[in-house]
Amino acid sequence: MKHLNDEEIILRYYGESDDGSAHLEECQECAVRYASLAAVLDAVDALPLPERGPEYPQEIWQRIERDIAASRRARWPLTAPWRWVAATAAAALLLVGGFLAGRHSVSAPKPEALAAVDPLAGERVLLVAVADHLERSQMVLVELANANPKINREGNLDISSEQERAGELVSENRLYRQTAQYSGQTAVAGVLDELERVLLDIAHTPSEISPRELEGLRERLQSEGILFKIRVLRSNVGVQQQPAPREKL
Amino acid sequence: MELTDGALVVKARAGEAEAFRALVERHSHRLFQLAFRMTGNQEDAEDVVQDSFLRAFRRLDQLDGRASFGTWLYRIAANCSVDLVRSRIARFERRSDDGEIDDAVFSIPTGSPSPERSAMSSQIRDRVSEAMKELSPAERTAFVLRHFEGMPMEEVGHVLGCCANSAKHSVFRAVHKLRRALEPLANSAR
Repeated sequence: MKHLNDEEIILRYYGESDDGSAHLEECQECAVRYASLAAVLDAVDALPLPERGPEYPQEIWQRIERDIAASRRARWPLTAPWRWVAATAAAALLLVGGFLAGRHSVSAPKPEALAAVDPLAGERVLLVAVADHLERSQMVLVELANANPKINREGNLDISSEQERAGELVSENRLYRQTAQYSGQTAVAGVLDELERVLLDIAHTPSEISPRELEGLRERLQSEGILFKIRVLRSNVGVQQQPAPREKL
Repeated sequence: MELTDGALVVKARAGEAEAFRALVERHSHRLFQLAFRMTGNQEDAEDVVQDSFLRAFRRLDQLDGRASFGTWLYRIAANCSVDLVRSRIARFERRSDDGEIDDAVFSIPTGSPSPERSAMSSQIRDRVSEAMKELSPAERTAFVLRHFEGMPMEEVGHVLGCCANSAKHSVFRAVHKLRRALEPLANSAR
């Protein structure tokens, strides 16, 4: 008869192996070794554990709140109104860049002057701004897709936070979509157009919806594949943001 | 609406402090228990909890979207605890060389008696405390996660940043050490 080794007995104690359970029932020697191990581990289990009161999480938060705020300021230097300024500036820069490039190409042959105007600079500025916008839109949609909502007394779900943020994103989205259309970036404009319709729907949905309505919204997000399209576009935008590598002379 | 950890992480990443606060509220008690068992000391455990949440906030961008925030946070706390215990041991060794004795390396606190504490003879408690001190930081971490937190070996390995097999062997070594130290006493108390 092959007895269980110590490792097998330990795994059995922690419920990580069913091997040898029949053997344990039949073998007195292994049963005694198992009981001995269980007594040791049960003794360890009885070590006292100090309790913390219900206010403990609040105490921890108070201790770290200042550092968290400092980290936030370092990570998100631009607050919401400033993002708007950045979005408008990006679009304006693109339009001015396009206008100047157009003027140079009409009054034509001054190659040295044309070389000074980087026709891709405006696009890159737009792509940087669009990437940030897509990230924030994606967050709102992911939250709606993954939320584990609590039903209130009326049997409805509160999505007011997501709704408010979707409303803010709609206006930005419109600006980026129009700019992308103007600059001929049809793929970007197409996804932004779809995103805008989804954001508009969320923004105009009542802040409290029934579980069935939320499920319908989730199904729509899934069937239209909008999250997937955003991820792909974000990834493409990330690649396009990189300036082209210099050619070796 | 009660958001999942994943949804709160997304909000916290977007700069919403309240979302991170909700994560702190959700995980502080369990994190304290883990830290206490890892360090064996209340003050150290509180430092570990505080430090772990701060580190987690600063590294939120590194959290893989598919990973569990809880497991990731425990991994940070385990590392904080190991760092703290190692620095304690180094300090202890330096003091011992100077002839000083520091009992606080893995001390079990002596607070007011609780029902659990009363139920356990002081002799066994002291021996368990002594035996836990004999574990290396890796053994102690693996053992605490498996034994007290109920994590499967594979998850212990994930928290420790090693494979399940290595985690398993750390737990085995810890159990062997505890067994050698406690078996006579534990069996006589049965």
